[in-house]
Amino acid sequence: MSATIIRNGRVIDPANKRDEIADLCIAGGKIVASKSKIRNQKSESEEIDAKGLIVAPGLLDMHVHLREPGFSHKETIESGAHAAAAGGFTTVVCMPNTAPVADNPSTIAWIRDRAAAVACVNVLPTGAISKNLAGEELAPIGSLAQAGVIAITDDGHCIQNHELMRRAVEYARMVDLPVLDHCQDYNLVGNGVVHEGYWSTLLGLPGWPAAGEEVMVMRNILLAELCNHHIHCQHLTTAGSVRLLREARTRGVKISGEVCPHHIALTEEAIQNFDTHYKMNPPLRSQEDVDALLEGIADGTLSVLCSDHAPHADFEKEVEFDAAPFGIIGLETELGLFIDLLVNKHGKIDIARLIEMYTVEPARLLKIDAGTLSAGARADVTLIDPELEWTIRIDQFQSASRNSPFDGWKLKGRAVRTIVGGKTVWNL
Amino acid sequence: MAGKEIMSTRWTRKDLLGLRELSVDEINFVLETADAFKEVGTRQIKKVPALRGKTLMNFFVEPSTRTRTSFELAAFRLSADVINISAPSSSLTKGETLKDTARNLEALHADILVLRHGSAGAPQFLANRLKASVINAGDGAHEHPTQALLDLYTIRERRGKIAGLNVAIIGDILFSRVARSNIFGLLKLGARVTLVGPSTLVPREFEKLGVEVSHKIDEVLPRADLVNLLRIQHERQRREYFPGLGEYIRLFGLTKERAKLLKPDCLIMHPGPINRGVEIDSDVADGPQSVILDQVTNGLAVRMAVLYLCGGISV
Repeated sequence: MSATIIRNGRVIDPANKRDEIADLCIAGGKIVASKSKIRNQKSESEEIDAKGLIVAPGLLDMHVHLREPGFSHKETIESGAHAAAAGGFTTVVCMPNTAPVADNPSTIAWIRDRAAAVACVNVLPTGAISKNLAGEELAPIGSLAQAGVIAITDDGHCIQNHELMRRAVEYARMVDLPVLDHCQDYNLVGNGVVHEGYWSTLLGLPGWPAAGEEVMVMRNILLAELCNHHIHCQHLTTAGSVRLLREARTRGVKISGEVCPHHIALTEEAIQNFDTHYKMNPPLRSQEDVDALLEGIADGTLSVLCSDHAPHADFEKEVEFDAAPFGIIGLETELGLFIDLLVNKHGKIDIARLIEMYTVEPARLLKIDAGTLSAGARADVTLIDPELEWTIRIDQFQSASRNSPFDGWKLKGRAVRTIVGGKTVWNL
Repeated sequence: MAGKEIMSTRWTRKDLLGLRELSVDEINFVLETADAFKEVGTRQIKKVPALRGKTLMNFFVEPSTRTRTSFELAAFRLSADVINISAPSSSLTKGETLKDTARNLEALHADILVLRHGSAGAPQFLANRLKASVINAGDGAHEHPTQALLDLYTIRERRGKIAGLNVAIIGDILFSRVARSNIFGLLKLGARVTLVGPSTLVPREFEKLGVEVSHKIDEVLPRADLVNLLRIQHERQRREYFPGLGEYIRLFGLTKERAKLLKPDCLIMHPGPINRGVEIDSDVADGPQSVILDQVTNGLAVRMAVLYLCGGISV
């Protein structure tokens, strides 16, 4: 049985409230309590010097698009998993807007089989809430649960019919699946492509008003109360959403929210040259919204960090602004951006809380066994160098796509080694 | 005609994408250059050899008659070779991307590409990728720089100056590229601009650009030195912005009755095409204060100037 000792790192394990310089021992693909356990196995052991590094539970990104089946020219489960590993992620949760849509057990089985065969990290599928993501009829949520989805979502789309959403949440409660929602009111948003505000007015681009998100956040708060079941609001972007969520969480409503790095790293100002690498849904917002998101992260209103990794081929993005698809990739840049922005630049949270928002928080929400360094846990570990200065280079990405606006950004802090089930899957 | 050396210091752009990016000096230089070309139109032989041997492609992805014809005629008068391509006859309908279509036009050695497109930013997209000059002939609700330049030219011609004038732009501002280019140009040259129209089509956000916003036309008309009426664009309004044309006319139409509020020397402008009886009464459009047809004539001189200046850079 192979063994690994990670020596002298700063072990941060928020699940166990642990933050100390220590050795971490791995044997048989699991975390073990002490070195003695390994010696007893008479194994050949690998030693990793982690002096100056943070030894964290393997990070979890609960919002990625791996594009398979159907769009393998953008990304594959294999390439997306490599991108995850290179970004420090040992587990990713993939969205169901594939072709065919992941609204049936056989597509879920295909994704799981494919991931088992080719993915170097853990890939956990979600299922659709509605058939074909059309927002009209419920997908077979119970069968999807049996097929192994860990949540349901119509991500990329949003169920407009509140009655249908209510029944979906009630039904999901029965099969114990959390509901993730992309919050967008289609009537208010219309053909909006950028934040409705100064720059949309100046440039004549169709506006996507903040209220278009907030209306659905409010809807979800009301339905979470009505159904007494968890709804998680995906990629929140506005001050109003943060305010609504804060009030509801204070009252104990089963509601939560996540934030993506681009929504705090950039503002609507970035769109002024019509560069489609700044086109995402929801759009880049105003500085006031960014400030509110930072406060929401600082006070725990926003509890999960993620990327909304959305790969698109160059030729798809290199078109008129209106015509370009929404989305950017993020798996290989999000950790560095969040460390640099939240910990280094704005000082809103410390590195231990950041790790918690990438491990314990999503694991608890999704009710999955991950995100801890407890003895006996699967040995998913991320080594982070918080002092390493580096420059984002899109030509070095593991992802099959290059649609990132962060090329050339200089950051401090990144993952330097990713270990899944005791095995190193990526090493800087 | 401006000499090459003067040109090289006062004009260095291969593309004309919008008025927001132009300096006051650049705007004035285009207007001065247009003065020289206006004279060409009064000659017996209305042609100069300025762009002889150059190829201009009129690439109109969105339909237009007035602007396309004006560019075409301007190019003929500069002795350029002209080809017109409209969206239905282009490969865009066969799924070709804008970038590929334009690169194909460039492979045919086009020197100047005049682009009309429904998406804001499309001319900039091409300008960044092509060696040819790109002239924006209207992109979505973004800019229509030659329209604003010809409006400025007409105002200057009639009033001798632009600084200090009170300008009212009336109608559908939200969806109007003409409004945006006019706002940028007029503010740079020192005019005071008031936007007038229903709150849905003239949102308060526009105040951040440095203009006033009013929803009471009768308060604005008496102090205006010129009014620029914009067409109510039915085809752009996919959603409800006002209750109907009848109510629009009642609240914002420049009726005969309302026109009496105007100062006697107030100019009435309209970029066309006019909806007679909607944004402007037929008699008012044809009245003595109207300079609508001067705008069309001046458009030719301004477009000759723009093609000459940008075409001279792209060699």
